[in-house]
Amino acid sequence: MNKPPLVIGLHASPPAWLKRLLILLPFVLVIVVYLWASDARLAENPADKILPSLSQMGDAIQRMAFAPDRRTGDYLLWQDTLASLTRIVIGVGSALLVAILLGLNIGLFVGFRSVLLAFITMIAMVPPLAILPILFIAFGVDEFGKVALIFIGTFPIMTRDIYLSVIKVPSEQLVKSLTMGASSMALTYRIILPQVLPRAIDSLRLCLGAAWLFLIASEAIAATEGLGYRIFLMRRYLAMDVIIPYVAWITFLGFTLDFLLSLLNRKMFSWYAESKK
Amino acid sequence: MTSTGSGAAFKKLEITDVVKNYGSKCVLDDIDLHVSHGEFCTLVGPSGCGKSTLLRLILGQEQANQGSILVEGQPAGFPDPYRGIVFQRYSLFPHLSVLDNVLLGKHLTHQRWWMPWRRQSGWKEEAMSLLERVRLTEAAEKYPHELSGGMQQRAAIAQALIMKHPVLLMDEPFGALDPDTREDLQIFLLDIWEKEQLTIFFVTHDLEEACFLGSRLLVLSQYYTDDRGNDPDVNRGGKIVADHPLKNIAGSTVIKDQMEFRDLIESVRREGFNPEIRQHVDTFNLNHPDSFRTLNEY
Repeated sequence: MNKPPLVIGLHASPPAWLKRLLILLPFVLVIVVYLWASDARLAENPADKILPSLSQMGDAIQRMAFAPDRRTGDYLLWQDTLASLTRIVIGVGSALLVAILLGLNIGLFVGFRSVLLAFITMIAMVPPLAILPILFIAFGVDEFGKVALIFIGTFPIMTRDIYLSVIKVPSEQLVKSLTMGASSMALTYRIILPQVLPRAIDSLRLCLGAAWLFLIASEAIAATEGLGYRIFLMRRYLAMDVIIPYVAWITFLGFTLDFLLSLLNRKMFSWYAESKK
Repeated sequence: MTSTGSGAAFKKLEITDVVKNYGSKCVLDDIDLHVSHGEFCTLVGPSGCGKSTLLRLILGQEQANQGSILVEGQPAGFPDPYRGIVFQRYSLFPHLSVLDNVLLGKHLTHQRWWMPWRRQSGWKEEAMSLLERVRLTEAAEKYPHELSGGMQQRAAIAQALIMKHPVLLMDEPFGALDPDTREDLQIFLLDIWEKEQLTIFFVTHDLEEACFLGSRLLVLSQYYTDDRGNDPDVNRGGKIVADHPLKNIAGSTVIKDQMEFRDLIESVRREGFNPEIRQHVDTFNLNHPDSFRTLNEY
């Protein structure tokens, strides 16, 4: 009888405890390497700012998150987080809404498709960051320009994704609902929309990464608050003790959003994951 | 030989002189067919004879190049509640429970699409009694993916029954089922057909199924000959080459083993399925009283 290998090879079947250990491995490795390098640099020059120690970063977090700013009296981390999250939620939310409307109509109505599909495909090819200056010139450097960048950067991709899942709905379903008395509106919004909604949320999850990119970029260029703004501000002072926790915080926020959306999909559309099997 | 239906009550289905071409290829070649109320029509034929095309024409999913199709006297137009359909797959909506799938007909016909919360009290009882008819009471709250293939098709039948369609079309509805479930559903369908007095138009490629189920057997085939000769260049599409009235004994599969039944299957196989044996259009076996053919010159 063959014993399956523990970790290596096609037939490996590690036990549960080992799997958990393996998940942790890369995280632990990165942290250990960092601490070792940080320690080595600080031993050579205690004033070194490039690789701050854990306690230095702890001080910075204390300063940014739990103490009022000396100049404005604000708690900067929370203020930045709120500003950034507001922008990203409005930007991505409106993009999702528009993408659902466009995707449904392009997918179902040939007239719509003829007019808009090629156009949207083209728009999706425009590099959003390249039109950032245009947005700032047209809409000013206020909130609207930043939200518009996130919107323009994400809605064409989501539209195409939703369009593709609309045309994947078997034609039998369309005919069937027409024979059951559906009007074209009922067909679109009562039969097809609920079927593509979970897919649209998956599409949103994939777009969130890009949305963060656009957010940070626009905040880096012109803003007075926000996570991206703070990181680029701190860069001037080589304040790695602030930058590294900020990056970790953004990563955590992104991960949490993604997790919540996948949870929403599983709870609200239990048939979706199951019927894919 | 001809009948226009004028004056008299309309037949459930009146198909006259229907021609369907795909590009230059003729698929359906001058189809004439009337179906009366309460008939269980089975349509069978070799692959490529155009039986699915004929079904899509009746359904309104595709439009004929020539001729007319009337459903209860109304031009077929696009798909609408005049005809119901049960497909081989995808008849049920994956995002709705079995009960909601059955209720959907009520919802779509009675609610405005932006007011999906309006319900009438009698609907649920009607849907539940239909689910009882198809023996799915237990599965009412389940989603389609949780059902077996046979249960899905029974749910699809309930879903169509609530609409009370004048004509129920079925496109190889049992084609994906294993033989036992299939026979079970055949008997079940015959029972429902008899009790609800349905008019069914049933497409299948299974000759035995067609002979067993139908009260009227239609054979559609491209293997025939006419005055245009036997040159392979003749662009001949499918025609109804045989139209048999059948005696139908609902609920009994004993008939399947009888000689008479076997002989019928063999003769239909000769009439429609053998490319080597080609009948002339004038000698088609059109026994059914509803059968007719408008005269065309070939």
